[in-house]
Amino acid sequence: MMLQPTLSHYLVVSSCLFVLGLFILVTRRHAVRLLMGIELILNAANINLVAFNHYTATGLDGHVFAIFVMILAACEAAVALAIILAIYQQYANIDIDRMNSMRE
Amino acid sequence: MHSVVEICLIILFLPLISSTALIFFNKRLPRGGDLLATACIGIPFCLAWYVFYRVIAVGHDPQFLITGAMQWFTIGPGNAGWGFHIDNLTAVMLVVVTTVSFCVHVYSIGYMRGEDYYGRYFSYLSLFSFSMLLLVLCDNLLLLYVSWELVGLSSYLLIGFFFRKHSAADACKKAFITTRVGDVGMFIGLLMIYRQTHTFNYIEVFRGVQEAVQSGAWSETTWTIAGILLFCGAIGKSAQFPLHVWLPDAMEGPTPVSALIHAATMVAAGVYLVGRLYPLFSPDALLFIAYTGLITAFFAATIAITQFDIKRVLAYSTISQLGYMMTALGVGGFAAGLCHLMTHAAFKSLLFLCSGSVIHAAHTQDMREMGSLHKKMPVTFWTMLIGAAAISGVPLFSGFYSKDAILASALGFGMEHPNHRIIFIGLLIGAGITGFYMFRLIFMTFFGAPADDHRYRHAHESPRIMTGPLVVLAILSAGAGWFALGEHGWFERLVVPYSVGTAGVAPAAVEADGHSAHNIAMILSIVMAGAGILISAVFYYWKTCSAERWAKALGPIYRLVYNKYYIDELYKKTAVGGTLIAMRILAVFDRVVIDGLVNFSAYFVRAWSYISGAFDLHVVDGAVNGLAWGTRLVGTISTLFQSGVVQNYIMKVVAIVAFILLFQNILTTFL
Repeated sequence: MMLQPTLSHYLVVSSCLFVLGLFILVTRRHAVRLLMGIELILNAANINLVAFNHYTATGLDGHVFAIFVMILAACEAAVALAIILAIYQQYANIDIDRMNSMRE
Repeated sequence: MHSVVEICLIILFLPLISSTALIFFNKRLPRGGDLLATACIGIPFCLAWYVFYRVIAVGHDPQFLITGAMQWFTIGPGNAGWGFHIDNLTAVMLVVVTTVSFCVHVYSIGYMRGEDYYGRYFSYLSLFSFSMLLLVLCDNLLLLYVSWELVGLSSYLLIGFFFRKHSAADACKKAFITTRVGDVGMFIGLLMIYRQTHTFNYIEVFRGVQEAVQSGAWSETTWTIAGILLFCGAIGKSAQFPLHVWLPDAMEGPTPVSALIHAATMVAAGVYLVGRLYPLFSPDALLFIAYTGLITAFFAATIAITQFDIKRVLAYSTISQLGYMMTALGVGGFAAGLCHLMTHAAFKSLLFLCSGSVIHAAHTQDMREMGSLHKKMPVTFWTMLIGAAAISGVPLFSGFYSKDAILASALGFGMEHPNHRIIFIGLLIGAGITGFYMFRLIFMTFFGAPADDHRYRHAHESPRIMTGPLVVLAILSAGAGWFALGEHGWFERLVVPYSVGTAGVAPAAVEADGHSAHNIAMILSIVMAGAGILISAVFYYWKTCSAERWAKALGPIYRLVYNKYYIDELYKKTAVGGTLIAMRILAVFDRVVIDGLVNFSAYFVRAWSYISGAFDLHVVDGAVNGLAWGTRLVGTISTLFQSGVVQNYIMKVVAIVAFILLFQNILTTFL
């Protein structure tokens, strides 16, 4: 029999994505990789928005929110990459453990 | 007669002005300001005689009285005022005080020449004149008390004038403290009267006391006690037994001072007090006064026989004569006592000034070292002879009249109350002794062989400025009695006690008896005085009997009298010694109890501070430190979280969120 996907399936997928993103965020030292982890978390949230909209609500609010998030993610990626470039030009390095000149 | 009050104001305040000026400026004034002081008593002297003339000779009214008063302050229910009470007695006293004071001022210019603090001496003399005039003029008991203390102060200052001399410094303290003993009694009496009458004014007080006695608010005993307490002041000031000890010692002061204060005026203030407050004394109090006077008169006269210091003889004679005055007042001889006060002021100041002149010439006070001075000092000799005749009661001299009046009233009193005849007999014997010791003084000083050639050769008559006052006083001593009490005498008619309607005592009756007794008393007193003078001539002029041999024969009695009945020693043992013992006990009390308390409280405070210090150190500081320590601990722990590594923060956020979720799940599951 054909397995009919339910809300739980979507939520499990999104959780997996979220945990992966979080894992990348915590363990990696490379700034661009961290950015990728953030993208994964945002996309996990997008899946949740669309899934909840599909199963529980009428209208297209969730979908619209998901598109907003994608736009914001694009903007964020642009700004973050610009900052990373600026940091690279300053320190010739983008290891976030070294970025501690504002500490203390 | 309003101008009398204004004249009295001038009389009163001129000496005060001169005293104040001299005390501040005596070094800048020419001659130390003695002329200013003399002028400031000379003018009152003239004015007093003018007042006397107007009041006595022109006015001639027994009831004459001028009062004028100003409000001073209010105490409780009553008022105290400034005011004058001028009657015939005041007029007489004004003349007495200013005359003697003026003579003494003039005499002092010669006597005190070249002494240290010459200007200060005159300042004190003026202060005394002011105080004495205030005493005479004031119209209420409070002002009387104030001036009473002021004369005491000036007396203290002048006795101690030669303050570098130890004996003078001691004598002035003795005088001040001894008179103060009496003044305490006087003050209590004064307050008793104030409590009853709520006023100090003489006339109101007389009326108030009389009403209190009549209405029964005061019993006879209370009345007597109040009178005796008031009289205590007079006992101190007038050197009556037993407070007479200060007067002989007061002779340490300059001789003119002795003449003015300790013979003529201040010591007579006690007599004046009794006379002025006569209606306040009950018959029993008057009897007390009479006996005090009698004892004093008799026993001071006996001491005077044995003394060799010329001034001490006169001092004991003064005490004795004051006793006479007191006795006279006590037995109802009001006019007699006060007249004796007046005549005594004249002849005793004369005698003192003469003795000063002798001392000035002979440079000694011991009569045994004098002798034969009558050729060298004729003026002093003749004036002193007049003084001695007057005090001994030689007929026609002033003392004769007044002493005669005293003896007459004593005899009258004795006839009326046979139990009290002893008063008359005592006074009569005293009169004989007076003649004896006075002429003993004259013979020892002016006759016989010169005891000391060196002294004799250097002796000389005193300058005119000293003999002048002697002559004036001699005239007064000779004539005052005849003038006041003789055939046309005004004294007995004009100087009468203030009467409050039907006043308690009726001295008039006693006076009448006195007149009937007059002739007997006169003859007896002449006989006694003559006998006294004769005996002294036998001993000291013709020397048929040796005084030394008699003294030896009378051994113990002589020594008792010579040592003044050992009263000084008695006081030294009892009053002074007792005070010292009490002080020692108090010192021990101080050391043990008071110091113990102080030390204990100090110890207690120290212990308490130690405890509170420990509390501060451990509890308060501990709390503060503990707070700081806790804050640091929290800070140290919280820095551990703030690593600065973003990924750590994320981990922590995740962990905390996970924990919250887990906790919430647990709560929802189990609750």
